[in-house]
Amino acid sequence: MSSAPADAALKILVIDKDPIRRAILDAGLREAGFANVILLDETAGLLNHIYRVDPDVILIDLENPSRDVLEQMFQVSRVVRRPIAMFVDQSDRETTKAAVEAGVSAYIVDGLRQGRVKDILELCISRFNAVARLQDELDRAKSALEERKTIDRAKGILMQAKGLSEEQAYALLRKTAMNEKRKIAEVAQAVITASELLK
Amino acid sequence: MTARATATTRLTIGFIPLADAAALIVAADRGFAAEAGLELNLVREVSWSNVRDKLNIGLFDAAHLLAPLAIASSLGIGHVKVPLTVPFNLALNGNAITVSPALWTALSAAAEGDLADPAVSARALARVVAARKACGLPPLTLGMTFPFSNHNYQLRFWMAAGGVVPDDDVQLVVLPPPYMAESLGNGHVDGFCVGAPWNSAAVDLGIGHILHFGSEIVGRGAEKVLAVRRDWAGEYPDVTGRLVRALERAACFVADPANRQETAALVAAPRRLNVTPEIIRRTLDGRLKLASDGSLRTSDRYLLTGRLDAGRPDPVQAAWAYAQMVRWGQAALSPELLAAATEVFRPDLYEAAVGGSARRPDGEPADGIGAFAGPAFDPQNIAAHLAAWPIHRA
Repeated sequence: MSSAPADAALKILVIDKDPIRRAILDAGLREAGFANVILLDETAGLLNHIYRVDPDVILIDLENPSRDVLEQMFQVSRVVRRPIAMFVDQSDRETTKAAVEAGVSAYIVDGLRQGRVKDILELCISRFNAVARLQDELDRAKSALEERKTIDRAKGILMQAKGLSEEQAYALLRKTAMNEKRKIAEVAQAVITASELLK
Repeated sequence: MTARATATTRLTIGFIPLADAAALIVAADRGFAAEAGLELNLVREVSWSNVRDKLNIGLFDAAHLLAPLAIASSLGIGHVKVPLTVPFNLALNGNAITVSPALWTALSAAAEGDLADPAVSARALARVVAARKACGLPPLTLGMTFPFSNHNYQLRFWMAAGGVVPDDDVQLVVLPPPYMAESLGNGHVDGFCVGAPWNSAAVDLGIGHILHFGSEIVGRGAEKVLAVRRDWAGEYPDVTGRLVRALERAACFVADPANRQETAALVAAPRRLNVTPEIIRRTLDGRLKLASDGSLRTSDRYLLTGRLDAGRPDPVQAAWAYAQMVRWGQAALSPELLAAATEVFRPDLYEAAVGGSARRPDGEPADGIGAFAGPAFDPQNIAAHLAAWPIHRA
């Protein structure tokens, strides 16, 4: 085993099919002073890629079925330097748990200083969580937009069918929703469904 | 695990979308768990590594797991050591070896005898391997699902019996099951050993030929288990017992031919395996299309769930898996490790929950394994098992 490389030379392989998250991880690692980051989005022939790159640290997202391919590295270690799973010494259960919950896993080459790798993993955990939050916000914004559209359509139907103004149509939806203890969007959807049936 | 005042216990259980998760899925989706006061939240996972890690750190209460992986985790081989307990065996057998049409043709030409006989096919493979070497062709590449899996061990056991050295003569690669068919189609691998329904999927795509059922290599092999952490089983003996009862009842339901259609529909459902019920039906019937020419092979041993005492965790099975780990250089040979491996499988917990006895059903292999080659397996004498085979990994 050669001596441990300095941060800038530490070769970090990031395997992630999500292009946005991949870019965010790359930027984060580079900002933190890790200049030698290699990104991989495909998993066909994964082991050959890894042999060629010969990384010190491998980061892979947990949605990737090819994670099992990496397990083989613990068996066939003649070709590459022997990698081990992150925190195989169980010294830091909390970080491991946080990583799994965030959806990232790490493998390191044996002999690498654990403390430095922990920094890398913690950075990844925070980026993964940030991406998840962004995704969540995006999903919520999308669904709010969908709800708004549904309500607008239902208002239109009520205005036409009952000769109501827009305010009156909305008030009717809201009142019905309150009476039935349902969301306005649900009542609006019911109005749309009913009007489709009555066409 | 969350317990509510109603006494219903909610368990989060990880699974991989495979037909041998049938008992677990039926327990969750057809009321058997509810009858036992359990609510099963089944979480579909994409890798065995994920299932193992989430079970290990407590995100899962229990898991559908490769039998050898439960042992590897308990022994601390290849990863963090987390002792696991197996109170129920979800399935015996269920794998198959599928090869590309090109390899099928080569094996047929090299076979001296009926290719359906694994001794014949293994020797044919040795000839194909030697011929490729003589021509300077790259070695054959064969896919399996995980280093600690019967897929790995059955492939190795089979080819080594024919004189092929798995670590030198061929390239064995781990492939996630959903990628198997694709990899066979694009020539990335020449064959693979995988569970249902992925062999049939390759046959249906016209890119694979089923060579052997796993049950032709090893007659009785613990394939997938229900695993919990050992300390969890100790802390919640009542819940463990109720889970075993629910799974045993579900497994019996799966085994009844009258329930095949319903079982296939439950297992194939979008949030479970998300495949066509017909492909699951074929698996449960043990009636598999071998190739696109429509040839069939039928075996009532292809996948055993809820039949022939399949639910009882059998320590002999654990010893056999451990012996394979030693044979292929994954584990050292020691009486302590053997004891630790066999203790993972807990027939006592199974019997406490659903009764029964250790007597093996009539007609089952006398040694509890029934491998197609070699002497009978003696779980007390792993060294003799290893000595019977010249090919192994030091």
